[in-house]
Amino acid sequence: MKVHKHEVIVVGAGGAGLMAALYASKGGADVAVVSKLYPTRSHTGTAQGGIGAALGNLDDDSPLYHAYDTVKGGDWLADQNAAMVLAEGAIEAVIELEHMGLPFDRTPEGKISQRRFGGHTSEFGKQLVRRACHAADRTGHMILQTLYQQCIKKDVNFFDEFQVVDLLMNQGQAVGVVAIQLGTGDFHIFHGKAVIFASGGWGRCWNVTSNAHSMTGDGAAISLRRGIPMQDMEFFQFHPTGIYKMGILITEGVRGEGGVLINGKGERFMEKYAPSVKDLASRDVVSRAIYDEIKKGNGVKGKDYVYLDVRPETVNRFFAEEGKKDRIDAAYVEKKLPDILDFCRTYLGVDPVHEPMPIQPTAHYAMGGIPTNVRAEVVIDENWTVVPGLYAAGETACVSCHGANRLGTNSLVDLVVFGRISGIRAAEYVRGVDWTPLPADAGKEIEAEFKRIRTSKGKTKPYELRARMQQVMMDNVGVYRTAETLQKAADEIATLRERFLTDISIDDQGYKFNTDLMEAWELGCLLDLAEVTALSALNRTESRGAHSRDDYPKRDDENWLVHTLIYREGHARDPKYTLNTKKKVDRSLEATDPRFAPKVRVY
Amino acid sequence: MEVTIRIKRQNPEMPGKEKPYWQEFVLKDVEPTDRLLEMLHRIKWEQDGTLTLRRSCAHGVCGSDAMRINGVNHLACKVLMKDLGPKVTVEPILGLPVIKDLVVDMEPFFAHYRSIMPFFVNDTPLPEDGRERRQSQADREVFDDTTKCILCACCTTSCPSFWANGKYVGPAAIVQAHRFIFDTRDQAWEDRINILAEPNGVWRCRTVYNCTPACPREIQVTRAIGEVKLAIRRRKREGIVNTKDVVIAAPGG
Ligand SMILES: Cc1cc2nc3c(=O)[nH]c(=O)nc-3n(C[C@H](O)[C@H](O)[C@H](O)COP(=O)(O)OP(=O)(O)OC[C@H]3O[C@@H](n4cnc5c(N)ncnc54)[C@H](O)[C@@H]3O)c2cc1C
Ligand code: FES
Repeated sequence: MKVHKHEVIVVGAGGAGLMAALYASKGGADVAVVSKLYPTRSHTGTAQGGIGAALGNLDDDSPLYHAYDTVKGGDWLADQNAAMVLAEGAIEAVIELEHMGLPFDRTPEGKISQRRFGGHTSEFGKQLVRRACHAADRTGHMILQTLYQQCIKKDVNFFDEFQVVDLLMNQGQAVGVVAIQLGTGDFHIFHGKAVIFASGGWGRCWNVTSNAHSMTGDGAAISLRRGIPMQDMEFFQFHPTGIYKMGILITEGVRGEGGVLINGKGERFMEKYAPSVKDLASRDVVSRAIYDEIKKGNGVKGKDYVYLDVRPETVNRFFAEEGKKDRIDAAYVEKKLPDILDFCRTYLGVDPVHEPMPIQPTAHYAMGGIPTNVRAEVVIDENWTVVPGLYAAGETACVSCHGANRLGTNSLVDLVVFGRISGIRAAEYVRGVDWTPLPADAGKEIEAEFKRIRTSKGKTKPYELRARMQQVMMDNVGVYRTAETLQKAADEIATLRERFLTDISIDDQGYKFNTDLMEAWELGCLLDLAEVTALSALNRTESRGAHSRDDYPKRDDENWLVHTLIYREGHARDPKYTLNTKKKVDRSLEATDPRFAPKVRVY
Repeated sequence: MEVTIRIKRQNPEMPGKEKPYWQEFVLKDVEPTDRLLEMLHRIKWEQDGTLTLRRSCAHGVCGSDAMRINGVNHLACKVLMKDLGPKVTVEPILGLPVIKDLVVDMEPFFAHYRSIMPFFVNDTPLPEDGRERRQSQADREVFDDTTKCILCACCTTSCPSFWANGKYVGPAAIVQAHRFIFDTRDQAWEDRINILAEPNGVWRCRTVYNCTPACPREIQVTRAIGEVKLAIRRRKREGIVNTKDVVIAAPGG
């Protein structure tokens, strides 16, 4: 195996990975970015609506309000210190992105333009605030492009289309990764002093999802297999507005611009569920409301979808009813939401300027993941014990600034704020330590696993298992769950895993660009993450944020202001899972400001 | 409906399949609103796992799955079956070396991209208040169209000038340069203009217009190239021009 030596190895080239790479380079470290996709293909590029920062360009705002909204949006499971780092870091990060050339939309005074987004308010929930900085409905695209451009300017080393398949540890430290060069099929070892995982989410565990085909949670699964626990896996966000059946995301920015949800009876039903902010309640609340409406038979044409309506006449009618002075017209919608209009026209044949859009909740975002502290260092227990040399940032990490439910626009903030911190910290760390040697037999285990997949002669095609897993997760580990559905899911996923290990076969026996092989391996990652998701959800006997148990409908602050950690040990065929619920939520803001204390969450 | 998909394939590792060949696949129960990408997945998953392509987002924003579909460049995830008819041909994009089936070597494309300084340059002191640089809505609007580029290569690989001469930077690189040249905040526009005034820069564009309809993001590619040509001629950062103004003959024919 070819060995590359770079001080900091960044796995992933989305917003988090590129920010980490820029800052680790600035800190003087020799950096390599290893990514299975060309950087500009990363999923950050699909983010639409905006990046939240209390700039106060249009309304009075402060990072304290932003932190409060984040904590409340997270149903008080967010670590309050992390929420504050996020909110304060957001302002600097957005300004810095502008200085890097990011073409934000502008206000008439030439400042960065901001729009409303779900759950973002000022004065501790008093009124909605314009906080989402945006570049039309392509904010993520612009962030990804801008960061990649800056990396080119700074001559960062990229290993594009290299897929990381294992993490190398020695003497309790992270010392590198093993990757497959997709173009040749060769294994490569990246020997580093520090590894930063920035490898994104795993929405492909579910069958209706806004996530790209490549969102298979590789980095998280690899870490889990190497003894790193996963935190808060039961919290996976279903975004309320995915295109019906396809799951393609329709940004919350549509509602931020005045769009409303309408049921089959023509009612604006969010008035009942969130009387004050209505359609702009947090995502878990809106997704449940849609399910409830459908359950009551109020879906459109009796089916399992509702409408999202942004026709100017509808929006203006509700603006007038609410006494708002804003009015919009077709040209405004075209200008602010061009990509959304394009998606609907292309995939649905529906023109949102003239017709409402059929939508249903879609699996969207992993609040859980690799546990880290606010310095982006990976931690493995309730005592915040750090794994030397290992960092994580972005969707794959759980810091946890999002708690039980992430607010819209806060992921992009998370990427740039904690991506940057991970880069700075890793650069500092590598300066002070010597090289730790690679473990004996580095890469041998994973090479053997690939050989197994390539040569196994079973009866099942990986796609059959994947399709089944996605259906099982959708039916049983979706917006609403019970002990029964979760147990069923855990059992069935375990069976699917068993079949994956003993009964698959693939067609492609080649080495170059063998996507058949890589997809099969990715399925293994998804299965591992699906299983820990179901088990973590089964263990949490309360309802909080995105985790809604029909059998435990209440939030239980007495027992559950704690994070879930799930560990996996033993052989892949017969893994042992251990759950730990001793890691307490950080409540440092509440200690000095009682307004941060948990209370009933109303919107 | 039933659809026959004819795919141009090539596999350097498979004896007898090293050279390009055509293979047909028949798919039943195809819905008119199915995306071509889903059909290619069905072939890969249900019939032949060796079929190789790139893809990720599946909704036309990541730029992975550019291919030649019924003779024109498009993203497979952004074309619906109802728009393709019952017989569909799919080939790799032209002008870049094929690695396997529909996967081409993108490196020459990205090398052209990198050659035009695709990054923001402004070395003046930052605003004293520590805030954003100001830009008027009108100034922001001028380069809005070219910020949409996702580097999928649909435009560049539809261009006969690029097929004829791979050294030509190609439409995508010019679009990316346009995004900076016309950004009032950027200061390296003259350097970029000088790069694009080189023989393998904009003047290789013969205004064939293939690129504009090929762009899945509906960027007015030919117009952007025209604006860059005009800026080079006048050595000035200019505003919008009319599409008809952009037909400028290359110097020296
Ligand atoms: C449709 C959509 C719209 C969204 N809109 C918004 C929004 O408006 N505001 C907001 O705040 N958030 C939004 N989000 C969420 C946000 O975009 C994502 O959470 C975020 O972009 C994730 O960034 P990341 O850097 O962590 O990972 P990604 O951008 O997903 O990047 C992951 C990277 O890891 C690499 N990778 C993965 N596995 C491997 C491996 N095995 N080896 C090597 N490399 C690997 C990939 O190549 C990629 O470069 C949206 C999400 C979606 C799906
Ligand atoms: S798969 Fe992303 S553009 Fe088609």
